[in-house]
Amino acid sequence: MELWFTERHTPNVKFSIKVDRQLYTAQSEFQRIDVFDSKEFGRFLTLDGYMMLTEKDEFIYHEMITHVPMAVHPNPKNILVIGAGDGGVIRELTRYSNVESIDLVEIDELVIEVSRKYLPSTACCLGDERVHIFCEDGVKFIRRCDNKYDVIIVDSTDPFGPGESLFTKEFYGSCNKALRDDGIMVNQHESPFYDEDALAMQRAHRKIVESFPISRVYQAHIPTYPSGHWLFGFASKKYHPVHDFNSVKWNMLGLKTKYYNTKLHAGAFALPNYVEEMLREVE
Amino acid sequence: MALSQVNAPIYEALRKFRRMRIVPFDVPGHKRGRGNMELTEFLGEDCMNVDVNSMKPLDNLCHPVSVIKDAEMLAAEAFKAENAFFMVGGTTSAVQSMIMYACKSNDKIIMPRNVHRSAINALILTGAVPVYVDPDVNNQLGISLGMSVEQVEKAIRENPQAKAIMVNNPTYYGICSDLKKIVELAHAHGMLVIVDEAHGTHFYFGENFPVSAMEAGADISSVSMHKSGGSLTQSSFLLMGKNINADYMRQVVNLTQTTSASYLLLSSLDISRKRLALSGREIFAQTVEMAEYARSEINSIGGYYAYSKELINGDSVYDFDLSKLVIYTLPIGLAGIEVYDLLRDEYDIQIEFGDLGNILAYLSVGDRKRDIERLISAMAEIKRRFGKTGTNMLSQEYISPIVAEPPRRAFYADKISLPLEESVGRVCTEFVMCYPPGIPILAPGELITEDIVKYIRYAKEKGCQMTGTEDINIERLNVLI
Repeated sequence: MELWFTERHTPNVKFSIKVDRQLYTAQSEFQRIDVFDSKEFGRFLTLDGYMMLTEKDEFIYHEMITHVPMAVHPNPKNILVIGAGDGGVIRELTRYSNVESIDLVEIDELVIEVSRKYLPSTACCLGDERVHIFCEDGVKFIRRCDNKYDVIIVDSTDPFGPGESLFTKEFYGSCNKALRDDGIMVNQHESPFYDEDALAMQRAHRKIVESFPISRVYQAHIPTYPSGHWLFGFASKKYHPVHDFNSVKWNMLGLKTKYYNTKLHAGAFALPNYVEEMLREVE
Repeated sequence: MALSQVNAPIYEALRKFRRMRIVPFDVPGHKRGRGNMELTEFLGEDCMNVDVNSMKPLDNLCHPVSVIKDAEMLAAEAFKAENAFFMVGGTTSAVQSMIMYACKSNDKIIMPRNVHRSAINALILTGAVPVYVDPDVNNQLGISLGMSVEQVEKAIRENPQAKAIMVNNPTYYGICSDLKKIVELAHAHGMLVIVDEAHGTHFYFGENFPVSAMEAGADISSVSMHKSGGSLTQSSFLLMGKNINADYMRQVVNLTQTTSASYLLLSSLDISRKRLALSGREIFAQTVEMAEYARSEINSIGGYYAYSKELINGDSVYDFDLSKLVIYTLPIGLAGIEVYDLLRDEYDIQIEFGDLGNILAYLSVGDRKRDIERLISAMAEIKRRFGKTGTNMLSQEYISPIVAEPPRRAFYADKISLPLEESVGRVCTEFVMCYPPGIPILAPGELITEDIVKYIRYAKEKGCQMTGTEDINIERLNVLI
């Protein structure tokens, strides 16, 4: 018997992983949640049939979405994370001892519950005493925040389904308002490769450019996401992601990482020409 | 087998028909989509398959004897009407049919001036003469309210020979007149009550809504099922009470209705009626809950005023439709129409309309919580980014019309075209209105005043979409020679 998980990356491209066994499935108020075990990628979590993370490659995504803003901001104390019920971003954040408070806003309580039970490798630090969990709509939560956070990390799903509203201008505008004067927002920025993803990426970039004085994009290679070529958005009120980045200071922290390093930090902002062109089109 | 609200006879007949795989040598010529593959790919094969012509198994809207008749009976039952007709020319055609039924040439009809253009169109078609009741006005918000009972009484007294009274239930802004009382008055004077319920479908199915026309004992009502009820655009119901001769009404409707009624529209009415009859109560309870939530969140932003039942004054605001999310925007220094444009251009949110002082977000059977959150956040952002102190803001004022000629005579009279400013003091022969809401600023036969021209200029400057005139740019008006 062969059991395969398949995700449609485009109407003409499919990506499959051979499944060893399915551990969990449920329909929450917002989405279908599944957890599988596989030989190649270890345990993995999908939402509405879309790959969220695998044990084998989640470190790339979580390190890159977290350490880049944390290395640029000179003194990040109050952090807001939106989405991220799997706990991966929280795990990376809790490694910074100067962080005082982390608010986690996840719309779907069940994702947190399932992650705690089946994905201990990412959910391990959700119990850290600096972490405050709010199960509500991120758009609603942030509407009430003013001049409060140093760093906001938007770890969203795709721009359709429950994550849709985290790709809107009203949301980015609210993030701007919620950040302090030198605050930074980093977001999951989709992929430039396949047409539909690229369109979503451009739409998001246009809205962020209109909402923040500084808006750059950086990349990473994530094998289980469509095309493997993935982008993150770096939006900021004051600091430039490369020019204002103190690599010596970050290295002094002595954090051990698997993907991120300070050379790669600068390099990640160097983008292929076709991506630069797409971004310029909407700037 | 007896039919009940779980049935949808037209829908069921279409499904059966599809299985019969009939070879089409009739219209439409796309022959189940094969003749127009690009369109079929766009709309889907399922859709093209049921875009068919009237035929025995599917009945005929002009003269229903089987499945359409059954579906109309079920609709009548659902709306607690004596009879109901499926309409495929929009609520416009239903409103026109009501007036053409009630009035012949030179008959008088009492109506509020803030009616939809379709009602005044019907006056041009029939030659009926309007007796306008000035609606009461809320000067702070700049909106027209309902008719006060006293005003209606006065109009009846002064025009005892009028054939009918027309009532908006509710207005676009969700405001209702005292319909029961008006019905009582009208019937005591031998007049019919005809009701525009384009925005009141949900009154028939939800709880705690204002009284519906049929329940209030009105004679005829036009219901836009496609607005809050979930059917396809252009599909509506015409509802009749016991005083109405439905067979004659059918003839009136057939004067202007297509003989090739779309089965897409008919089946959408049938399925939507079934859905609302079975679960309308829960659906609209949810809609109201979302509207109430949005109101309280938007009011907590500050500046905006999302109004509700506190407007009720026992007369010209006899009741308020809680599903309507209307927001007064002038305190943040932006005209409604400006907020309307910002929502779309900046935030990809399309709302129903913006006038000079208000916006309306339409909530209905299909709304999602997360979209409501987006709307609220976008409103907060608009205030933060674009808000200013409101000075020199003109609010919508109700300008009492001066009717110089009946609409029909003015429309067909010899006319000349004059630049806007030069037209003051002349009698207009055409409509001028912002669309939406489609309520005329000027109707054929009305005197053009300085106030009206000023108003048109201001509305244009703020970006209202103006329609109705022969001159597409609304720089000139047609007036009587």
